[in-house]
Amino acid sequence: MSTRAVEQWTLEPLVKFVKEAGARLVLVMTSAGQVLAQHGFSRAMDVMSAAALGAAIMASTDEIARQLQQPPFAALNHQGDKHGIFLAGVKTGRGRLIALVAYDLDASSLGLVQLFFEQLAADLQAASPKDSVPKQVLAADFERELSDSLNTLFGR
Amino acid sequence: MTATAGYGQALDLITRVGGVRGAMLVSAEDGIVVAEQLMEGIKGSAVAALAASLATRLRRAMEAAGVGASLFWHLQAEGGALLVVPTPNGILVVAVAEPDVNVGLVRLELLRAAEVVG
Repeated sequence: MSTRAVEQWTLEPLVKFVKEAGARLVLVMTSAGQVLAQHGFSRAMDVMSAAALGAAIMASTDEIARQLQQPPFAALNHQGDKHGIFLAGVKTGRGRLIALVAYDLDASSLGLVQLFFEQLAADLQAASPKDSVPKQVLAADFERELSDSLNTLFGR
Repeated sequence: MTATAGYGQALDLITRVGGVRGAMLVSAEDGIVVAEQLMEGIKGSAVAALAASLATRLRRAMEAAGVGASLFWHLQAEGGALLVVPTPNGILVVAVAEPDVNVGLVRLELLRAAEVVG
């Protein structure tokens, strides 16, 4: 089981959630698909691709909701024979983030993931920095910050 | 009669028994609520998710022990009891009850409800 985090405040809630819900992997990312943290078994999955695709799914459904003149959908669940993927938005001090949860049907269920996800959302909201103002991205800092984030996520 | 109405009648059978605080139909595979009649203060989604998780583990234990599928289970706690009858179509019929409930009567009604649902 591996843990990586660009934003350290996300870690404790993620570790607790994976343990309680019996999830295989949880990713927390921005709505643009940038991974902020991950915890669980990630070897079978290309985390960056999963995050990008998850963010794209959320963006698509947000747009459908907008066209229906409805607020964004709270959560989405995709279930296969052996695995499920649960995607949901989380309000935090860092703005709206997306959580992607991968779970095995042998070890968990949609009900368990939904149940403990409520607590995860509350924990992330409580743990997130409240007074943070989105930083202005300067070209000079961008490459260094990107490199730091990738090093953290890939454990280099 | 619609399926939903049938489910409501199945739950009525259980909640009529004295000491029963609520009854639910739960998808055993997903752990989500199919239908419920609960007293205030009982968190149906939590009971459903945890009952389904327990049912999955119990099924595996029973299979490993070579005794076949479970027909009824009863968990007694200090403040109440959880009684469950699994049905062949993957629905769990669940009752949440007071600690001193008549278990035999609840079991009978759970089995009747399971026949209606299954």
